[in-house]
Amino acid sequence: MRVALFITCYNDALFPDTGKAVTAVLERLGHTVEFPAAQTCCGQMHYNTGYRREADSLVGAFNDAFRGYDAIVTPSGSCGGHVRHHHKTETAPNVYEFSEFLVDVLEVTDVGAYYPHRVTYHPTCHSLRMLRVGDKPLQLLRAVEGIDLVELPEAESCCGFGGTFAMKNSETSVAMLQDKMGNVRKTGARTLCASDNSCLMHIGGGLGRVKSGVRTLHLAEILAATR
Amino acid sequence: MSRDDVNVVWLGSPTFPKAAHDALQDTQLRRNLKHATTTIRDKRLKAVAELDDWETLREAGSQIKDRVMRHLDEYLLQLEASVTAAGGVVHWAQDAREANAIVSKLVRAKGATEVVKIKSMATQEIGLNEALEDDGIEATETDLAELIVQLNDDRPSHILVPAIHRNRTEIRDIFKREMGKHGIAAPEDLTDEPRALAEAARVHLREKFLRAKVAISGANFACADTGTVGVVESEGNGRMCLTLPETLITVMGLEKVLPSFSDLEVFLQLLPRSSTAERMNPYTSLWTGVTPGDGPQEFHLILLDNGRTKTLADVEGRSALHCIRCSACLNVCPVYERTGGRSYGSVYPGPIGAVLTPQLVGVGTSEHADSLPFASTLCGACYDACPVRIDIPEMLVHLRAKVVDSHRGGVPKPEALAMKGAQVVFGSPRRLAMAERLGAMAGRFVGIRGGRWLPGPARKWTGARDVPVPARESFRTWWRKAGRR
Repeated sequence: MRVALFITCYNDALFPDTGKAVTAVLERLGHTVEFPAAQTCCGQMHYNTGYRREADSLVGAFNDAFRGYDAIVTPSGSCGGHVRHHHKTETAPNVYEFSEFLVDVLEVTDVGAYYPHRVTYHPTCHSLRMLRVGDKPLQLLRAVEGIDLVELPEAESCCGFGGTFAMKNSETSVAMLQDKMGNVRKTGARTLCASDNSCLMHIGGGLGRVKSGVRTLHLAEILAATR
Repeated sequence: MSRDDVNVVWLGSPTFPKAAHDALQDTQLRRNLKHATTTIRDKRLKAVAELDDWETLREAGSQIKDRVMRHLDEYLLQLEASVTAAGGVVHWAQDAREANAIVSKLVRAKGATEVVKIKSMATQEIGLNEALEDDGIEATETDLAELIVQLNDDRPSHILVPAIHRNRTEIRDIFKREMGKHGIAAPEDLTDEPRALAEAARVHLREKFLRAKVAISGANFACADTGTVGVVESEGNGRMCLTLPETLITVMGLEKVLPSFSDLEVFLQLLPRSSTAERMNPYTSLWTGVTPGDGPQEFHLILLDNGRTKTLADVEGRSALHCIRCSACLNVCPVYERTGGRSYGSVYPGPIGAVLTPQLVGVGTSEHADSLPFASTLCGACYDACPVRIDIPEMLVHLRAKVVDSHRGGVPKPEALAMKGAQVVFGSPRRLAMAERLGAMAGRFVGIRGGRWLPGPARKWTGARDVPVPARESFRTWWRKAGRR
């Protein structure tokens, strides 16, 4: 199986450790992965903000970069969901969000990770309602050795990020963020996990501002952690 | 409110972010909303879980509505024929002004100066109460929540629970202060117990029911084959309006027509569960024309367009007309939960309002309407809750594109420039890598400030959130340096 990494533009520039973690987990499971260097961005930000024409120009380039792979794995439910739903191309159906790829395609839930901390999980809206990943990320987390996984109250409520919504409607976005942060703190977890760095950037930015001591970590990074 | 104030949107409404600013400062409002939406959300999930064919029902509802939209002209003509055959009179109104004029003329022809009303979105949309007032006719809302809003000269903030933003104590104060000005006053010692509040409203309204010669209603459904019109409600005040007066005038949006009476089976299961989380609403009233010696002896049905055929013309946007006004999307919407309905500046608030309002008034016609499609994080909760499967998130991005396209040409706004810039950067991996290196350099300066402050529009982010500092080395650089392929 030829597996390509679709790292997404903001992971590439802002959260390279997530991509490294995805690579580490897949290689630990015995798979060879490739990073098609021609990849840039799936165009979701443009599409969702109403700049469809600009988004369309990125679709062909995405398809060219990923043509020929059996699976295209991405650590973002949001970008993965966008490609699967809105790119009408041959590569679109082969795109998998990281947890989907592990559980559905590789049929693995225990990836041999070790993370001895209290963790709570936020299911991001697009992985939940666009890709319908269900409890796959939780199946993976439950199999992590040493983890103290606690349920997040009102977990399925949106954190308020929403891409450009966070800027255009920043006050509403922050009101939603505050409720999410309150729920995170109720759990007593030291780590907030999600499978999308865009939501984590928003929640983590809020948690950092109030010096909560809670760190945000992408699912892949927890799964990559070993003894 | 004057009559020009109300035509789908409230004239002079600020853009959504501005209106939301005020709502977000109101901590009482936010508490009331949070309590109400959370309660009904949980109840709805339970009510829906009782039906093992819920998804099939949703699909059936969606398909019936889809068929209605494809053959709207035929079904409406069939409805007109059926209603006429049953002894009713059908009127066609192109816009709010026409509809209001028809109602006013009908009321005056009966020599009436007051009418009772059962809660109706269509008459709110056209500002009927204000138009009647201008013509010297007093309209009394008989739905309890609607009465609260009317007495306080307030605006509704929810489709189904117009006074969702008021708590019991606030309602008691409104009753004590206002009821006497319009009829029987509330008792001096009125408490904020629900039973006492309901009794005060009952006494106040009963007098009006018994006196009114003319009633005005909306319609939840109208069956083309039989000419049957239906209203569902919880309090029975609607049924009083529909049965007691001599004349009944129903104002109905064109899209409410259903092909046949048997379609009610689907919608009477979908609507109560989605709206009030009940298996069946307490009162379902159905009437077909007039029946000699029973109920109103004169029935008028006004078919209202008011932007609907224009909406119908947009194949991607038209499913907003599938809406059965259950308000399930409002109750699950995280944005609505914080801002309340009035921030939407329209009689149609929440996610459905964000897609319906701009289409009814026209995309690109006002800053206010154009701001509504952006009042969403696209979290998708509304789509999952919608009993007729309206893909609201997809329609929001469709309308955002229409808004953006309506502003193309001329001097581009900073956002458009930024989007264009990003498109150029993302156009080639080489340019992206270069931008990442620049970002990493800039990021180190940001890093010195601890990610707490950025200039210009970015302050909207850093007001409450730290910014992530761009990595010194991007993923692609790491990959290349590691000698991977």
